[in-house]
Amino acid sequence: MLRSISKIAATAAVFVTLGVAGTVTAAEKISPPAQDWQHAGIFGTFDRDQLQRGYQVYSEVCAACHSLRQIYFRNLEAIGFSENRVKAIAAEVEVAGEPDSDGESTTRQGKPFDRIPGPYPNEQAARAANGGAYPPDLSLMVKARLGGADYLYALLTGYGDAPQGMQMNEGMSFNEYFPGHQIAMPAPLSEDAVEYEDGTSASVEQMAKDVTTFLAWTAEPELEERKRLGIKVLLFLLVLTAMTYALKRKIWSDLH
Amino acid sequence: MADTTVPTGHGHDEDSSRRDFLLTSTVVVGGAGVIAAALPFIDYMNPSADVLALASLEFDLSGVEEGQSITVMWRKKPVFIRRRTSTEIKEAEEVPLSQLKDPQPDSERVEKPEWLVMVGICTHLGCIPKGQAPGDPKGEYGGWFCPCHGSHYDTSGRIRKGPAPRNLEVPPYEFTGDTTILIG
Amino acid sequence: MSAPQWKNPVVKWIDHRLPIFTMTHHSLVDYPTPRNLSYWWSFGSLAGVILVIMIATGVFLAMHYTPHVDLAFDSVERIMRDVNFGWLLRYLHMNGASMFFLVVYIHIFRGLYYGSYKAPRELLWIIGLLIFLAMMATAFVGYTLPWGQMSFWGATVITNLFSVIPFFGDAIVEWLWGGFAVDNPTLNRFFSLHYLLPFIIFGLVFLHLWALHEHKSNNPLGIDIKGPQDTIPFHPYYTVKDFFGLGVFLIIYLGFTFFAPNFFGEPDNYIEANALVTPAHIVPEWYFLPFYAILRAVPDNFIDVWGILPVIVSAKTAGVILMFGSIVLLAFLPWLDRSRVRSAKFRPVYKYLFWLFFADCILLGYVGGQPAEGLMLLIGRLATLYYFVHLLVFMPLLGKFEKAAPLPESISAAVTSAGAKA
Repeated sequence: MLRSISKIAATAAVFVTLGVAGTVTAAEKISPPAQDWQHAGIFGTFDRDQLQRGYQVYSEVCAACHSLRQIYFRNLEAIGFSENRVKAIAAEVEVAGEPDSDGESTTRQGKPFDRIPGPYPNEQAARAANGGAYPPDLSLMVKARLGGADYLYALLTGYGDAPQGMQMNEGMSFNEYFPGHQIAMPAPLSEDAVEYEDGTSASVEQMAKDVTTFLAWTAEPELEERKRLGIKVLLFLLVLTAMTYALKRKIWSDLH
Repeated sequence: MADTTVPTGHGHDEDSSRRDFLLTSTVVVGGAGVIAAALPFIDYMNPSADVLALASLEFDLSGVEEGQSITVMWRKKPVFIRRRTSTEIKEAEEVPLSQLKDPQPDSERVEKPEWLVMVGICTHLGCIPKGQAPGDPKGEYGGWFCPCHGSHYDTSGRIRKGPAPRNLEVPPYEFTGDTTILIG
Repeated sequence: MSAPQWKNPVVKWIDHRLPIFTMTHHSLVDYPTPRNLSYWWSFGSLAGVILVIMIATGVFLAMHYTPHVDLAFDSVERIMRDVNFGWLLRYLHMNGASMFFLVVYIHIFRGLYYGSYKAPRELLWIIGLLIFLAMMATAFVGYTLPWGQMSFWGATVITNLFSVIPFFGDAIVEWLWGGFAVDNPTLNRFFSLHYLLPFIIFGLVFLHLWALHEHKSNNPLGIDIKGPQDTIPFHPYYTVKDFFGLGVFLIIYLGFTFFAPNFFGEPDNYIEANALVTPAHIVPEWYFLPFYAILRAVPDNFIDVWGILPVIVSAKTAGVILMFGSIVLLAFLPWLDRSRVRSAKFRPVYKYLFWLFFADCILLGYVGGQPAEGLMLLIGRLATLYYFVHLLVFMPLLGKFEKAAPLPESISAAVTSAGAKA
């Protein structure tokens, strides 16, 4: 009895401290509002149409400055493009080929087994083209930022005018959700920046949601397989553990 | 494990048979789980997606003239592609099968008689036969010659003389266009 | 405990020459175990199972991993994307590390609550601490391997701790690095050590079990085994109990692995290491946070008060000493604790102090994850102070002043009279 009281007291003490400390830090950050993601939750899956729209936003808008180096063209079959479509998409780019017999460097058409090439040959070139700022690679962005997809969506839709009295540095834009609120990337999305093939109206919110979902897929292409397998494994374990418990009860019953 | 000193408890028959049933079924289910858990580990060592993506490759043959050969790399192996002359084709087709160590008609070794496609690795001990470059020795049968142990291959890549046991291997391939070929 | 008679001729032949079956039988089957062990005693065998899982997944991960600064990050991503079930093995390994520490921490606190470290089990306890230290080293070098931002900066910060060693500090740090910064030689040797250390842990676990089996398990009552009526054979009673515990554990472990695989991770480690950009908050993995809080607890001006001390130690040095001291001190616990009663069940004061100490460790862990400034720094200092006061002041004093409740006569007497609640 005493033991459980002391236990409760001790845990309560911990939680009170955590709570106080939590509120102190929470005030300093604006956390991104939670969005409804179709890929969230135990049974969440990606909407293929949305992934394709997201890829369109990436390739027509983001790809001007941001690379996607973990993704190969062949991976795009997983978002619902046909083999021929993927070949055609790959063939639109030129990649470095083998040196020819004279040792001169050559280029060739992209193939499905090539990585999606980035916009700049190296970091220095990227910085030079962007006023010193380095547009980060986007393949793992959803996993590489606190808040994940919510944060990305909030960032893409969080542009606005700086509040009065805030001193903005040259070339920076105000963003409510970017740490420090000054971001080198100008607002990337504007109404109808892309024309969707499936006729979805391209509002800033829609595009932000689509491209964020696409980037959630590039960060976790295994997500659907992982959850599918996980459900089977956990169901199996529940059954096995229940059986083990029954067996344990049975075996121990002859002791008393 | 049969002779453990487990107290048998009350020893009711019903009770112990229920216990045995539970024990057997739990061990079976648990064992199945262990086996299933081993499968991902085994599959982990199979060729990965990036390796498989390079398993079948398309090549453009439009630059190859009659009588010329090119060597392309496929699955880390050299593949000989030869645009045969009509004489070479004729030679290859007219050899009686009885003269061959590894009897196989030329028609079985080519999709189009004009194009001979095969893995350029000697079936003896894995050397690369000569005969691709214009100045190379081509062996006694006008095809390829392996300098390691003196195997002679004919214009269909079949073994004619020397220690190699089999004809040069023909990889799976298909023509996806007049002059484009998909190997693998 | 008679020697088993083997019927199978092959088993018999082998056992006559190498009594491996008899040994296994004695230590896993008819091994006499206190009949009143609670589920808190399942965490030892659980830790052993996790060690095996970690070695198995680790050996396979190494087949596709490349320990080179230019390739390491991408090779891990290749495992996650292209290698068959690579994501599964990698996430199992990642979450397995967290689970390993979680289970071992519970195992340690169980030992603290029930006085398992006391005579005659002092060496068992010390070997356990060595295992813990080896685990920390393994986890630290292993965390460097994915070559993300936290990998790189964590390695940089922690290796720099060694610079506090007088006279040779800088030379030792360069020696650890194999260069002038954390770089390719560092990554290579960390990979090598990460492969080696688990096998050293395996050897230590063997010694741990050897020492355990010499004096048998402690138990919730903390009293000695007095005769056969106090024990039951390990098999089938504790094998089945531990298997049930394992099932519950696997549900939690695989629940994280499949549905929240990055719960314990840091987002920054999905950014490739960059020697020019330090992340805003460098935080170690959660299982190091209490020690990280102790490391940062020493105020700079604290040292000045002592006048002469700055000559020998700086605040940084003092922090490092405190951090290592917090673990080393635990090795002396069997002698710092003067009480002759093991279990907290019968120690009315220690019972509370144990939970305070536990809360203190959790608090240190929380502080370790926050930026070291303002209120957090103060809380961290007080919590660090309490950690040492508990071990160095309260534990010895308790032995003198605490009046223990009467101990039951024997395990079997307590179990049968108290209504058989094992």
